[in-house]
Amino acid sequence: MNRSLEKVPMPEQAPDVRNKNFKEVALGYTPDMAVEEADRCLNCKQRFCVAGCPVNVPIPEFISKVKERDFDSAYNIITQENALPAICGRVCPQENQCEGKCIRNKKGEAVGIGRLERFVADYKMEHSDISVQKPESLPHKVAVIGSGPAGITCAGELAKRGYQVTMFEALHKLGGVLVYGIPEFRLPKDLVEKELQKVIDLGVTIEKNVIVGRSMTIDQLKEDGFGAIFIGSGAGLPRFMRIDGENLNGVFAANEFLTRANLMKSYEFPTSPTPIFTGGKVAVVGGGNVAMDAARTAKRLGAEEVYIIYRRGEQELPARLEEIHHAKEEGIIFKLLCNPVEIVGQDGWVTGIKCIEMELGEPDASGRRSPVEKADSLFELPMSAVIMAIGQSPNPLIRMTTPGLETQRWGGIIVNEETMATSKENVYAGGDVVTGAATVILAMGAGKQAAQAIHESFQN
Amino acid sequence: MYKIINKKRLNSMVEQMVIHAPHVATNCEAGQFIILCTNENSERIPLTIQDYNREEGTISIVYQVVGYSTLELSKKEAGEEIAHFAGPLGVETAISKKKRVLGIGGGVGAAPLFPQIRKFTELGTECDVILGGRSDEFVILEDEFKQVCQNVYCATNDGSKGTQGFVTDVLKELLDKGNEYDEVVAIGPLIMMKAVVGVTKPLGIKTMVSLNPIMIDGTGMCGCCRVSVDGQTKFACIDGPDFDGYGVDFDEAMVRQNMYKKEETHICNLTGEVR
Repeated sequence: MNRSLEKVPMPEQAPDVRNKNFKEVALGYTPDMAVEEADRCLNCKQRFCVAGCPVNVPIPEFISKVKERDFDSAYNIITQENALPAICGRVCPQENQCEGKCIRNKKGEAVGIGRLERFVADYKMEHSDISVQKPESLPHKVAVIGSGPAGITCAGELAKRGYQVTMFEALHKLGGVLVYGIPEFRLPKDLVEKELQKVIDLGVTIEKNVIVGRSMTIDQLKEDGFGAIFIGSGAGLPRFMRIDGENLNGVFAANEFLTRANLMKSYEFPTSPTPIFTGGKVAVVGGGNVAMDAARTAKRLGAEEVYIIYRRGEQELPARLEEIHHAKEEGIIFKLLCNPVEIVGQDGWVTGIKCIEMELGEPDASGRRSPVEKADSLFELPMSAVIMAIGQSPNPLIRMTTPGLETQRWGGIIVNEETMATSKENVYAGGDVVTGAATVILAMGAGKQAAQAIHESFQN
Repeated sequence: MYKIINKKRLNSMVEQMVIHAPHVATNCEAGQFIILCTNENSERIPLTIQDYNREEGTISIVYQVVGYSTLELSKKEAGEEIAHFAGPLGVETAISKKKRVLGIGGGVGAAPLFPQIRKFTELGTECDVILGGRSDEFVILEDEFKQVCQNVYCATNDGSKGTQGFVTDVLKELLDKGNEYDEVVAIGPLIMMKAVVGVTKPLGIKTMVSLNPIMIDGTGMCGCCRVSVDGQTKFACIDGPDFDGYGVDFDEAMVRQNMYKKEETHICNLTGEVR
């Protein structure tokens, strides 16, 4: 039993080294470190951590196996419930989920469940062949739209049971937000590729460059004999603030900035031919993971100064704790309780951002204290670029072209929360296209629930 | 991979390719566009569809070789394959029978104009077209337009074909002579579309334009292609590419077109020849 109040530290690239490269920041535990950290787990009966996990990974059980250095068994226990542990170990907001519920939080730090999950997955990938057995094929065809976390999970679960799954992807690379959104330094793309390969090895057919809603409609997929359809097309529609100056050159949606860097690899420009804005002073508006990713990407691209501008306070920042911590270490400047009112420019290009100071008022509907403007507190910061990271709405292409598919006023597809069934027969949906921008693990949970419901529908 | 069925040089800068892409050809309509990557790690290039053949599952595109990525595409020959071809993207052009429509195509803008004018004609609309270019050789698709139009007029900067001057000079002349059009469809450089709207708006002639801003994904995801229309921000990829020309902020669009000018290498620097 390890009584340390703190997690075994994670080896990382030094901040002033990593903020100039795109290689992964956190380097992962060694087996000894993993065993030492696993020894902090009390293996409590109540299993609060499992209740905090959206996909119910049997956490104490896998940690017990780590303690015994039986990493293979640990992997098998995790993957009973979570098909993408190497990804979740890196990107889940553990402090709000499993680790947030850990009893050791009461005094000291929670057990590093995310770090252990990552270690187990990485160890398995490195030391053994995770070949999968292609199951015997069932006669039913299922279409999965989108190859992000929701789609990969749904496709994988159904393919394991033998369904003939075709996964449609609008872009030229698979992985959705895991590939275009989350940067290499936080989630290496070769790792995403390996996870995707497992799904392909299960016999899933891949159709890239097909935009469902344009190349074909949901109704056409039904006519083509797909007995069930899962929509996991994500939250691909960036929001802007609707303030003056947002269409100046040098103002980007975080999606654009990150897509150029991650999907198009423009940090290798000109080896990679897609250009990206570099250098200068950069303001990133927003306080979530996407904002942290954009800020840290801008820094790595050589920006002199990078600011996070967020209208609430430190406590309210929605990003993962680790990302905030890493961003600060890398020299990102946090301007909190501060809201942009105008982007100023000259000759069509950004020259600055006008902001107003905020203070926290009464809690709003989300339970967070809502920010209110402070009188006479306007100020301007000189900037050469502004990146908007204030959220994304569900991609509209499918709802625009699918009669009978009921959606919320803000665009989210309406589903039955148990089965993920939509208002349209045999059509299911899950992930950000239902919830609006949320987390990888919630999307995976939805994909898994839908797969179960689709499987049951074919049994009847 | 998507096979190049045919490739034709239309002039010293402009080429046409016919590409096998049944997933695009099945459902595409006039006004929509595609995005292609020549090789696996190439830039994504948006191009408006010039023609399609549903039976053969092919799409025709016309592109001007202006920089690194179009030069890379231009190096591919018939029989070879390009890595990625996604589409159709954008909203199809709303085309209904009118009495008389005037198409205006500037340079490669004639290519996306073609399927629109053909569809108008198929619905029984009487169509005229003005094609513009720097000189004779830069006026493209004249024969194709002659098949589907009543009159094809040309305007060149140097007078080597048709009227010497701009497409707007021919437009003004046609209107002065009393020609009446229910709608004008103008596709070409932003400065040309702006000039056309400058003529038609005071006269109240409905004018549709097709925009081709910088894009990445083409599905609404990146927000790079935003354009101000009637004071509201629209995404050309999912709300367009067609817009009512009266409302488009062309000046802003022209500035936005130059976002990566510094990074883009001009063709002259790539090939050493003057084009």
